[in-house]
Amino acid sequence: MAAKNQQNAKGPFTYAVEDGVAVITFDIPKEPVNTLSPEVGAAFTELIERAESDEAVRGVVFISGKKDAFIAGAKIEMIQAVKSAAEATDLARTGQAGFDRLEALKKPVVAAINGACLGGGLEWALACTYRVATDHPKTRLGLPETQLGLIPGAGGTQRLPELIGAQAALDLILTGKQVRASKAKKLGMVDEVVPTQLLLEVAKKRALELAAGSLRVQRQRGPGVRETLGVSRGLASVFNRLKQPQVWQELALEDNPLGRKVLFDQARKQLLAKTRGNYPAQERALEVVRIGLEQGRRAGLEAEAEAFGRLAVSETSKNLVSIFFAQTALKKDTGVSDASVKPREVRHVGVVGGGLMGGGIAFVSASKMGVPVRIKDQDDAGVGRALKYVNGLFEERAKKRQLTRREAEQQAARVTATTDLSGFKRADVVVEAVFEDLDLKHRVIKEIESVTGEDCIFASNTSSIPITDLARGSSRPQNVIGMHYFSPVHKMPLLEIITHPGTAPWVTATAVEMGKRQGKTVIVVNDGAGFYTSRILAPYLNETAYLLEEGADIAELDRALVDFGFPVGPVTLLDEVGIDVAAKVGPLMEKAFGERLKTPTALDRVVADGRLGRKTKKGFYRYEDGKKAGVDTSVYALLPKAERKPMDRAVMAERCTLQMVNEAIRCLGEGILRSARDGDIGAVFGLGFPPYLGGPFRFVDVMGPAKVLSRLEHYQEQHGVRFTPAPLLVELARNDKRFHAD
Amino acid sequence: MASKSQKVAPGRRVAIVKGLRTPFLKQGTGFGKLSALDLARIVVTEIIQRADLDPELIDACVYGQVVPGLLQPGIAREVVLAAGLPRKIEALTVSRACATSIQSMTTAADHIALGMADVVLTGGTDSMSDPPIFASRALSHALLAASRGKTPVQKLKAFQRLKARDLAPVPPAIAEYATGMTMGQSAEKMAKENGISREEQDAIALASHQNAAKGWESGFFDSHVMHVPVPPKYSDVAVRDNIVRKDASMEALSKLKPVFDRRFGTVTAGNASPLTDGASALILMSEERAKELGYTPLGYLRSYAYASTDPAGQLLQGPAYATPVALSRAGMTLADIDLVEMHEAFASQIASNLQAFASKEFAEKNGFGKPVGEVDRDRLNVTGGSISLGHPFGATGARIITQALHNLESRNKNTVLCTVCAAGGQGAAVVLERA
Repeated sequence: MAAKNQQNAKGPFTYAVEDGVAVITFDIPKEPVNTLSPEVGAAFTELIERAESDEAVRGVVFISGKKDAFIAGAKIEMIQAVKSAAEATDLARTGQAGFDRLEALKKPVVAAINGACLGGGLEWALACTYRVATDHPKTRLGLPETQLGLIPGAGGTQRLPELIGAQAALDLILTGKQVRASKAKKLGMVDEVVPTQLLLEVAKKRALELAAGSLRVQRQRGPGVRETLGVSRGLASVFNRLKQPQVWQELALEDNPLGRKVLFDQARKQLLAKTRGNYPAQERALEVVRIGLEQGRRAGLEAEAEAFGRLAVSETSKNLVSIFFAQTALKKDTGVSDASVKPREVRHVGVVGGGLMGGGIAFVSASKMGVPVRIKDQDDAGVGRALKYVNGLFEERAKKRQLTRREAEQQAARVTATTDLSGFKRADVVVEAVFEDLDLKHRVIKEIESVTGEDCIFASNTSSIPITDLARGSSRPQNVIGMHYFSPVHKMPLLEIITHPGTAPWVTATAVEMGKRQGKTVIVVNDGAGFYTSRILAPYLNETAYLLEEGADIAELDRALVDFGFPVGPVTLLDEVGIDVAAKVGPLMEKAFGERLKTPTALDRVVADGRLGRKTKKGFYRYEDGKKAGVDTSVYALLPKAERKPMDRAVMAERCTLQMVNEAIRCLGEGILRSARDGDIGAVFGLGFPPYLGGPFRFVDVMGPAKVLSRLEHYQEQHGVRFTPAPLLVELARNDKRFHAD
Repeated sequence: MASKSQKVAPGRRVAIVKGLRTPFLKQGTGFGKLSALDLARIVVTEIIQRADLDPELIDACVYGQVVPGLLQPGIAREVVLAAGLPRKIEALTVSRACATSIQSMTTAADHIALGMADVVLTGGTDSMSDPPIFASRALSHALLAASRGKTPVQKLKAFQRLKARDLAPVPPAIAEYATGMTMGQSAEKMAKENGISREEQDAIALASHQNAAKGWESGFFDSHVMHVPVPPKYSDVAVRDNIVRKDASMEALSKLKPVFDRRFGTVTAGNASPLTDGASALILMSEERAKELGYTPLGYLRSYAYASTDPAGQLLQGPAYATPVALSRAGMTLADIDLVEMHEAFASQIASNLQAFASKEFAEKNGFGKPVGEVDRDRLNVTGGSISLGHPFGATGARIITQALHNLESRNKNTVLCTVCAAGGQGAAVVLERA
C-alpha cells in the first residue's frame, strides 16, 4: 500500500486510490493524536477536491492512521491563542466552511472511525455521507466542548440534532458525554458498527455502494416512532418500544413548533437548576440548537460561530481549560522532582479497615489497578460489611452495563477479607483506613510491619493526623506516606498524597503512580495539620457555623453556596461529613494555627443533642428513608440564637469562599502546596470548589489580588482575626502579581 | 495393572503446603443460595491469600466436582477464571465420585512428581443445594425439535405429543447407573452381609460426632476452616460446620428410624453422611519449590492407590482393596501408621471396611497375602468424619487430606493413612507423612 502513496508523505494526510476509492488517511506526524486546525482543514479540502475531479475515483474513505484514535478534536492551544471573539468566530467559520464543502462533495465520503472521535473529530465525521465505527472499546463519540466552556464550533450544533433529533443531541452536547459505538449506532450517529479489523474494507465497500446507488442511506433518528411501527419482530417488541417515553416525546416535542418550545423551555429549566447560570456555554449551546431548528441551518451556523467566538475568550472557558491542562500535566507528574526516581510496581494491595473508605480503596484497586486486595477488619461482621460494600459496587457497575456480570464477578474475586494478618505478607502497599486515632494507627503500623517486607509502603488515609506523627510509630518511617482519598472513593476524582520530611522519593513516586492507576487525579502536598484540603475546608466550615450563629437560615445558606457553584451547600456538607467529625478536626486546627482557626462553639449543643448528620439520620436536615427531606427547624433551638434573620446570599457565599481561598494561599505560602496549580486542582476535585472559577488561585488571579485583599480586610474589620489576609496575598497585591503566569 | 509393590514413589517428592475448606453446611442451609462454583471461588481465593502465594507461580489447577453444574461443566477452569487468577493457569477437571478431591490431589501430585508442574492448586466442591435438574427425555427432545423449527407452527408442533408427566423436572439420582441401587440400599446390603449391628453403626456415628465436637471446641479446625460471610448479603457468616452435634447420644441415635429398609434395616439418617454443601482446596508443590519459597509444608505424599470392586457386590468396600496396595507402595505396614482417616459414607461401610482390613480370608482371597490388620479405634477419625462433619462429595477428599495432616501436627505424629470409598465400587487410599 505504501507504494501507492502518491503525495504528502510528510504532511498530515496520505492519499491513495484503491479499487476506485480514494483513501485519505489522517496521521499528523510526531503527534500522539490527530487534531483539527485550519491548516489541516485546508489540506483536507484540497484532497477531497482532487478526489472529486479524479475520474478514477468513485468514492472517498476518510480514516485515521493513529492506533485506536480517530480525531481528538480541535487543538485547544489554538483556541487559547485567539486574541478576540471575532478571531475565534472566524476560526469557527473556517471550520464550518470546510465541512460544508465536504458535505457538498459530489462523491460519497465514508468516515471510518476507530478510537476517540470527539469534538471537531465528530463534527468532521458528521459532515461525511456515511459513518462506519468499530466495536473497539476505545471507540467513543462525543462533543465534549461544553466541558471546556465552549460549544461545538464547526457545525456540530446543527448537524447532530438534524441527524439524531434535538433531545438526544442536546443530551450529548450539554453534558459532553461520550458514547460507545453500539450506543452511537442506536442513536443514529453512526450507520454501521464493524469489527476493528474489517473497518477499512467495509468503508471502501460502502463508498462504492453509495456511489453506485445500491446503498441508499435512510436514517431514522432516535428510537423513532416510524421505525418502531416498522419493526417486524412481533407485536410484543412494538408494544415494548411504544412503552418507552422517548418515542412519544420525540413525536410530541420535536416535530411541531409548540412541542419544541416545551422541549427547550424544559431543557433550559433543568440546565439552569444545575448550572445556576455559572456555565454560559451550555446555555449558548441550547440557544444555538434552537435557532438552527427554528430558522434553518444557515442561521444556526451563524449563531454557532458567533457564540463560539464569545465563549472562546470568556474567563469561564479559560478557567475550565486551565483545569483540563492542569489535569493533563498531573497525569505526567511523577510527584517527585528527581526524574531518575521511578515508581515500583504495585502487585498486591492491603487495606486495614473495611469501612466505606477502606472498601472504596479496595474497589478502585481491584477494578482499576486490577490487583489482588486483602482487607483486614476487626471481626467477621466487619469483614462481611466490607465484602458487601465492595461487591455492591461491582454489582452496580454490572447493572449499569459498564462490566458484564462475569467480569464484575471476576474482578470482585480479587478482593478478599480477613480478621488476621494473613495475606498481607506479599503486600507492596498497605493503606490504613481505621478510625482517626493516633494510638490506634500506631498499633496498626506495628502490626503490619511485623508481617510485611522491608519495602512495603505504609499509607494512611487519615484526613487530619500529621503524617510526621504517624511515621514516629514506624520502624521504617521512610515508607510512611499519606494517601488521602475522598468519600465516596469510587466517585471522587482526587487523591491527596502527603509526604513527611523523611518519606523516600521512590515511595512518593510509587504512591502517585498507584493513585493514577486507580483513576485518580493526584496532587502531592507536604505535611502539616489538615494537609491542604482538610485545612482549607476547616475555616470554610467554621464560617458556616459563624453564619448560623449570626442567624443565617440553613436553606438560604446552602442555596447561597450552591448558587455560587459548589455541588452542595456547606450545611448539607456538615451533615454528610458528620458534624462530630467536623467538631473533632476543629480543635486540631486550632491547636496548630491558633486563634485564627478557633473552633466556633455554635455547634456544641447540636453535637451534644446527638445530631451527627446523615449517619444518625438527624442533623441540620431531616432524613426519611435515607433521603434528605428538608431543614429540621427544631435544630435552631440548639443554636446560640434561635431566631433567624434575612442575610444577603452573596455575602454569605463570599465569606465562606474567601475563608477557603485565603487559607489556600497560606498553604502555598507555607510550602504545604507545591504549586498554585495543585491548589486549584485539590480544591476543585476534592472539595467541589466551583470549576468555572478554575480553583482558588485562578479565582484570585481573575478577580485581582488587590481586590481580594480589600474584601478580606473588609471582613477582617467586621469579624476580626479569622479574616487576616494571608501574607503571600498581601505580597502579591503589593507587587501586582498573579499566581499563574499564563 | 500397576505394580502393587513399588517401594519408592517415582519422581519428585510432593509437598502439601496448605489446605483449607469452607465450613460444611447441611444442604439448603447457610450456603443454600450458592453454587458449587461460588463455594470453590471463595475457598480458592482465600487459600492463596492465607498461603501468601503469588498467584503467578501457580502452574496448574486440578479441581473436581461430582454433581456438575450444567452451566459450568469444566469446574477447574471456571475456578481459575472466577477467582480472578492468572488466565495462563491450565486447568483440568476431574471426577471420581466421592474420591474426587483425592483424585484431584493425586493427579496434581503426579504432575509435580513427573516435573510437569511445580505449584498446583487443587481440591473439590459440591453444592447439594444447587443440583442440576434435568428435563425428561421426552421434553428435552421436544425442546430440541422446537429450536430447529423454522415457523411458529413447526415450533409448537414439537410439543404436541408431550404428556403432563413429561413436564416434571428430573432431579439427579444418587444411585448406581449400572445396578440401579441407591447408596443407602448398598450400605444396607453391606450391613446385612457383614453382620454389622445397628448398635455398632450408631457407636461409630456417636464417636464421629464426639470427636468432631471436641475438635471444634478445642479450636483444632480454626487453622483450616475459613469463615464465610455469605453473599449476597454478607451479613450471615458461616463459621463452623453445622451438622456436628455436641449432644449426640446412643439414645438419640437409636431412636431414628431406618431409611432404606423400613422393616429390617439398620441404616438411619444418624449413621449415614448427610447431603452437604462445601468446598475445599489444597496447594501442592514440589519439595524443592516449597523450600525455595520458604514454606514449611503440612506434610508429604508418600503413596496412593485406587482399586475397584464389583458394584453389584459390596459397593463401598473399595478402601479394603486400595489400602493394602497403598501401604505396600509406601513400604509400610499398618504398624508404621500413626493415624487413620476414613471417609464415613455410612457407619456400616466403615465397619465393613475395617472388618475386611482385619480379615485373613479377605486378604488371601484377593491376593494381598497378609491382612492389613486391626485398626485401633482410638486412632481412627480422631477429629470426626463425614457422618458428623458432612460430605459435600467433591470436597471431602481434600478435607480429609488437610484434616489428617493437621491431626498429625497437633498430636505430633508422623504418618497417616486416608481412605475414601466411592460410587461404582471404587476406593482410594493415600499415605501421608509429615517429615
